[in-house]
Formats: sequence, C-alpha cells, structure tokens
Amino acid sequence: MELYNFSLEELWQRLEKGEVSSLEVTRSVFRRIAEVDNKVAAYLEIDEKGALAQAEAADERRRKGEATSPVTGIPLGLKDLLSTVGLKTTCGSRMLADYRPEYDAAVVTRLREAGAVITGKLNMDEFAMGSSTENSAYKATRNPWDLKRVPGGSSGGSTAAVASATAIATLGSDTGGSIRQPASFCGVVGMKPTYGRVSRYGLVAFASSLDQIGPVTSTVADAALLLKVIAGHDERDSTSVNLPVPDYYSNLKNDIKGLKIGVPKEYFGAGLDVEVESAVRLACRQLATAGASLDDVSLPHTDYAVATYYLLATAEASSNLARYDGVKYGFRAESADGLVDMYRQTRAQGFGEEVKRRVMLGTYALSAGYYDAYYRKAQQVRTLITRDFDEVFAGCDVLVAPVCPTPAFAFGEKIDDPLSMYLSDILTIPVNLAGLPAISVPCGFTKNGLPIGLQIIAKPFAEETLLRVAWHYERMAEWAGRRPELNGEAV
Amino acid sequence: MDYEIVIGLEVHCQLLTQTKIFCGCSTHFGNPPNQNTCPVCTGMPGALPVLNRKVVDFAIRAGLATDCQITPSSVFARKNYFYPDLPKGYQISQFELPICVDGHLDIEVDNQKKRIGITRIHMEEDAGKLVHPEHVHGVSYVDYNRACVPLIEIVSEPDMRSSAEAVAYLKALRDIVVYLGVCDGNMEEGSFRCDANISLRRWGAPELGTRAELKNMNSFRNVQRAIEYEVERQRDILDEGGRVVQETRLWDVDRGVSALMRGKEEAHDYRYFPDPDLLPVVVDEAWVEKVRQSLPELPVARCQRIVADFAIPVADAEVLTADRAMADYFEAVVKLFPQPKAAANWIMVELMKFLNEDKISVTQCPITPQGLADLLGLIGDNTISGKIGKQVFSKMYSAADNDPRQIVEDQGLAQMSDAGELAVIVDEIIDANDDKVKDYQQGKVKLFGFFVGQVMKKTKGQANPQMVNSLLKEKIG
Repeated sequence: MELYNFSLEELWQRLEKGEVSSLEVTRSVFRRIAEVDNKVAAYLEIDEKGALAQAEAADERRRKGEATSPVTGIPLGLKDLLSTVGLKTTCGSRMLADYRPEYDAAVVTRLREAGAVITGKLNMDEFAMGSSTENSAYKATRNPWDLKRVPGGSSGGSTAAVASATAIATLGSDTGGSIRQPASFCGVVGMKPTYGRVSRYGLVAFASSLDQIGPVTSTVADAALLLKVIAGHDERDSTSVNLPVPDYYSNLKNDIKGLKIGVPKEYFGAGLDVEVESAVRLACRQLATAGASLDDVSLPHTDYAVATYYLLATAEASSNLARYDGVKYGFRAESADGLVDMYRQTRAQGFGEEVKRRVMLGTYALSAGYYDAYYRKAQQVRTLITRDFDEVFAGCDVLVAPVCPTPAFAFGEKIDDPLSMYLSDILTIPVNLAGLPAISVPCGFTKNGLPIGLQIIAKPFAEETLLRVAWHYERMAEWAGRRPELNGEAV
Repeated sequence: MDYEIVIGLEVHCQLLTQTKIFCGCSTHFGNPPNQNTCPVCTGMPGALPVLNRKVVDFAIRAGLATDCQITPSSVFARKNYFYPDLPKGYQISQFELPICVDGHLDIEVDNQKKRIGITRIHMEEDAGKLVHPEHVHGVSYVDYNRACVPLIEIVSEPDMRSSAEAVAYLKALRDIVVYLGVCDGNMEEGSFRCDANISLRRWGAPELGTRAELKNMNSFRNVQRAIEYEVERQRDILDEGGRVVQETRLWDVDRGVSALMRGKEEAHDYRYFPDPDLLPVVVDEAWVEKVRQSLPELPVARCQRIVADFAIPVADAEVLTADRAMADYFEAVVKLFPQPKAAANWIMVELMKFLNEDKISVTQCPITPQGLADLLGLIGDNTISGKIGKQVFSKMYSAADNDPRQIVEDQGLAQMSDAGELAVIVDEIIDANDDKVKDYQQGKVKLFGFFVGQVMKKTKGQANPQMVNSLLKEKIG
C-alpha cells in the first residue's frame, strides 16, 4: 500500500518507530497530488517546496529525540480560509485573489509548532457560503467517488483531498454543516467541535457566532488525534473556552455499554432519501448491538432552524464582509470614480453571486424597522432550538441522525435554486445554532456507490463521548477504509 | 418670539490607557503613521478583538463619578458603515446595553445650582485618520494608529437651557474625567470632543422641537459660539413660520458659522447588532466596589473637605483643587507643616507665579512638598523672615535645591535673634541719630519706621523684626 493511503494514526506509529520518514510520506502525498488532483481539483495552492522542508525538519526533530506530537511530520491540507503566512488565503474569492496574510491562524500556529507538514490550501465555496464548492471563484472540486458530482461544501476541497488521499488529513470549517455535509458526500470523517473548543483566531469569518474549525480525516481515531492538537483555549479569541482538552484518542476504546442514544424524529422527515434513511437506521441498530440503548426523541423547533440560520448567518456575514472594501488589501476595482464608486465596483466585481445574495439578505435583516422582526426574532428562535437540545440531552448522551437528506448531487443540479441548496443543510444547521459538537462518519453507500454519512451529535464539550461512539460504530462498519477508484472522467 | 432652548451633549473622551481597547498596540500619540498597528486594529481577515479590562475600569470610574448605575452585563455592538478610516467596515461600540446608565452631574450658573441628567456612558473604539497630501491630487492615505484607541461616550439628557449651562456642564465633566485620570481633557487635540443636539420650543410646550446636531467644536469658547449661532438660526426659521429640519451641521471655527453636513435622508442606518466576537461585559459588585475604592476624591467634594478641615477661604480652596496634582501638593505640604493658611498663601502666590512663568505643571515643580514645608518651618520659627523666605524660595526653585536650611546657612541669611547683639546695634542707631530721637519723642511717631529700617539696613535684613520693635520701644519709648 502507498504511504498516502495510510491513516494519520498508522503513519504516526510508523514515524515514531522510525519505519518511515516524514520525507517519504510527504513525497508520496505529492506524487498522489500530481497523479489525481487534476481530476479532483481539491487544491487551490500546492506548496511542495515548503512541505518538503517541513518534512525534513520533522524528521530532524525525531532524530534529535525532541518532543513530537501525532501530527509531527504528517502532511495536512488547510481550507483556504485559515490564515497562513507565506501562502495565499483566498477564501475561494476573487476579492482575496492575491491576499497573503501577515499572521498565522491560531490552529496553523499549533500545527506548525507540532511539526506538521502543510501541503497547501484547499478549495471551498466563496467565504464558506455554499454546500457544493461550486461557489468557488477558482475551480470546481469533484467528488472523488463520482467525478460528475459535487464534493459538498463549503469545505469540499478539504473532504475531497482526504477522500482522494492527496492529504493525510485536513482542516475545514463548519458554520451550518460545512464540514459534516461534504464529509458525508465524500465518505470521510468530518467533525465540528463545540463552539469555543477551537480558536477562531485567523479563521476568516463567515458567521462569527456559528463558525468552528474542525478536522477532516479518514478515520475517527485520526479525528481524535488531530482535534487534540488544534483544541484549547486561546486568549486571542474571546469566545474560546478555557477548559482542559481531554486525551480523546486514549479514551476511544472505552466501551459504550449503557450509553443512551436519542434518535430525533424530526431528522427523519419528508425529503429524506430512502437509501440514506435505511443506512442510518441500520447504523442505529448496530450501535444498539454494542450495548447502547436507543430512544426516539423530539426536537420540536427543528423546522425553524433553516430560516433562523439564514437570518443570523447572513446578518453576521453582511457585517463581517464589510472590510472587503478595496481600501487596505485584496481586490480593488480599477477606474472607479470616487470613493463610493470604488466601494460599489470593488464589491460588485470582487464578490460572487452567492456572497452578494447573502450580504444583501443580512443587510436587510439588520435594517432599521426590520431588526425586531428578523434578527431579534431569529435570536429568540435560536434560544428555543438550543433549549430543545438541552431538554433532549437531559435524557440521553448522544443523538444520531443523517447528515444530509441526500447523497452527493450533480454539478449544476442546485446551483440555480438557492432555496433547495439551503435546505440541504437542514439536518446540520441546528447543531451550529446550539453550538454543539457533531461528527459525520461514513455509514454505507448507495446502490450507485455514493457515500452516506451518519451524524452523531453530543452535549457541549462532550467530544470525548462523541468520538467514542463514532469509533465504536466505525469498527462495526464493513466499508471503513474503502477508497474511491477515481477512474471516471472529470467533468 | 421667545423660545425655550433645549440642549443635550454627547461627549467623547479618549481614554488614557497604555494600549488599545481590543488589541495590545500602543496608544502613544505622534508615532509615524501605522506604526501602532496589528492585524486586529487594521481589520485583517480573521483577526478578533479582545477587550482591554482597563477600559472597563475607566468607564466604571466615569460612571461612578457621575452617579450612574453600572450595568451588570453590558454588550458590545457593531455600528456598520463604510469609511476608509474604519478598517472593519464597522465600529465596535455599545448600543442597547451600555456599561453605565442613569447618572447626573451638578453644575452652577449665576449662583444657580442645577442637576443635568446623564443618559448613558458607553465604551467604543476610535477610527483611524485620513491623510490628504497637500500637493498630490486624487490620493489619500490612511493612518490607523488611532484606530481602536478606546473612547467613552457620555450622553447627557436634553437638560441644558442655555449655552452657558452647556459650557458649565462641559467644564464640570472635563474636570471630572481629568481628575479621574481617565482622559487628558484636551479639546484642541480632540481627546475630549463634544457634539451638541439643539432644539427650540415654545415656552411650556410639552414635546421637544426638531433638533439639529452640531459637530466640530474644539474649545469651550467654540461650543458657546456654535450653540448661540444655532439658536439664532433656528429662532430665525421659526420666527418666519418655517420648520427646523433634522440635520447634522459642522461648525466652522474660522468663519464663525455652521454649515450643513448631512440631512436626515443621508443619515446612516447603522444596523447595530451585538458583536458575536465579544462576550457580554459582566461586571459584578466586587468589581464595582474595587473601582469605587480606587476613585479619587472629586473636585467639589475635595474643595468642601479642604475648607472644613483646614479652615481656609472657599476661594482659596477652589484655586487649590482646580487641578488634582495641585491639591495633592497642597495637602502634602500641610501634612508636613500644619499651618494651612500659610501653605495656601505660599502655593497660590509664590509657587503658582513660578509655575505659570515656566508654563509647567506642579508635577514638574523643582520644589518638593518637603522642601516647601521646611522653608515654611524656617519662617514659622523665626529663623528667617518672610522676606528672606522669598529669596530662599527663588534659590530653591532655580537650583532645584530642596534644603532651605543649608541655603540659609551657606548664605548667612539666618535672622539675628540674639537680644544682646541686637541691643548693641539699636544703641548704635539711637546714638547716631540724636536729633531724630528727639523729634520722635516730641510726637513724630512716623519716625519709628526709620529706626527699624536703619537696624534692618545694618543687619542686611536679618534682624528679627519683632525683637527690633520691642527693643526700640523699650529704649526710645
């Protein structure tokens, strides 16, 4: 087996034993990138030179017997909204086509300090707005399982890279499902930690009260290892929470006997694909055989989540994206006539359609006379949705549900119908509104060979439980470790 | 027609913190452009604000000093508008839940006391500064050194009824923030700036008239002029049967007129909403209490206490407490030399004269409270006379020498108080002025001064004047 096909966990163990070097692993990954990324198009920027230097440094670190971490010497890719010194950070937008940050995001600093190898920056929907990565200003990333289909989004580059083994693991960000949905489409593990678990410092904001960085990996154990490296308090992010970071990895094997699993009935409603439903129901039964108990539960305000989310997220985005005005950095429209015209033209030309749509929606929701009806009301409903979860979690430890009502859809299928695109986030959005941790784990394939994801949701800061349930499930799943063949033609 | 004038003021105070409100950059004024900046205060993508707790301390101080309620959980909000000096496209301020509410400040105009309500005090960040190079057209630069410098905005109720009241309020407010050490109060440099909302209404009318907002008044004098100009402008409109339009006007200092800046239609919709990057500012009782303990005595209270404790005239106490450092100096001297009236006189006459000549603050005064107290001690125990004291004071000041005893000794300035020695000199003077003694004894009492003067001349001013008096009385009657 090629080194690029190994999990982070296996490579870590081999690196620690000196059976392989980081340089070998890194070279293997870049051979893979050269081989398949022309088809998958997960990367926006590839940094082979930098990565090889980091790999050598990691090998040197091990040779000298210096402290290492599970990611020391491991080739990892980053979603292109994580600020990186030396690498462009475009956010998939024309607006930041040539923007090179002068500082590293907190998670990037942690990875660098841990000696990780950074392969490059990964494609995404512009400013993380989208569910298919079709909203990137640069390229369409393909689903490695079916090149005619989208990888999901907005972290489509991060999940497609892991699925096509062009990175051992990656980081994505999840505002309304942007890690979990593409993870389910690409058949990889994608996790959104509790809001506040991972510092957002240097993560280019879409919706600040919802954004959270998380790992995308090929196994649950890898997610546990990577989360440990990036999680923890950061003084530079006021919303980061000062709680100790448990050793997620060592606790994975603790059994799940007696664990109470809730199955929210609202997540199995109309519009749920039959194959998706049966795969998820089967997964529930498997968890029960491992000793967990299953209970039907209800989250009555689920129906309001999409509307709530699209008011709050767009309101925050309209303000967060105001800084892209052509004054300080990034794109500036040429031939503007005066200041106001420079603003207008810069933003008209620099932003794509979906970003402009959301900025306008959010601006409207915050406008004088509409604030109470939209923004304030949405905040109130957000509280109700959070309360739904509080009440349900009084009686169970985790919830299981589908990630997305359907498997990966085809290019162009939803891009002209924003509402149907928004509705594809219906099962992931409530988790962001409530700030909870959740994970997508592969739970089977459709007859057409498209991956299906199982969503597990836990209480705030119960990532340990979340990962443990996911790990036990993964062990029972026959398809774990299956890789796409990538032999179709790219569209 | 006669109208009631209604004025409310919004005052912005730049706070004297070492670092900015949401990042660790220096607030030092006068550095080269964009030197005091970082990803946070230049609004780089992904950078996040972190609240400087010192700013909260200062805001609470200002709130307590104006009898405000301190909000247990106040919220930062984003004020959204586009301008090149605003790096994020929004200003982080407070809107629905400011840190302080419901306070007041007492003023006095024409011996009439009046209470002015304070609606709220909130914390916010300042914007940067646009630089327009003089000889290059079509190019502007932005300096973000000031971006993210902390401000508090103090909003009054529309309780003022004349420009004099507005100025009295503004002066009292400035005294307080300067005393509190939260702001340097410099209006010319813009660290203490004021916007005025002005409207007129018929006497007795229950509702307020339409207001205009005035900006860009950079001195007390200009606040007064601008308000008076605006009152006349509105009066003219109303007298002609017109209606005042809600608008923002800019005061032109040089021309002494105001001009339209923007009308109501151009007013921004700031789309305030709670800033999701910052948590609510939770201030518990203990925090408020800690700030309360650290609060200095405010000018009015201190003046009253000094009058009561030291029995000096109110006018003197007012002069001494106008400046917190001066009042500290005075109290330090009195502590070492417990004769308040003498200390007050020396500070107000001699010390202030020197300081004013050099245009320096008492904090830079070369004579320490200990030095002045020692000097007063030498005068008090008759080692030197008051007149010699002034010479010694001058030497102490110019040489920054705080050992008056040594100066007196080195220069032989000590008073002659030896009765035998003085008696010999008095006898010499009497002997040498036989005729004048006779004139004196025949009723020319004014000549007494002549004899005293002669003794002083002989002793180079060092003779103890009381002893000279009594010796002369004894010898020539």
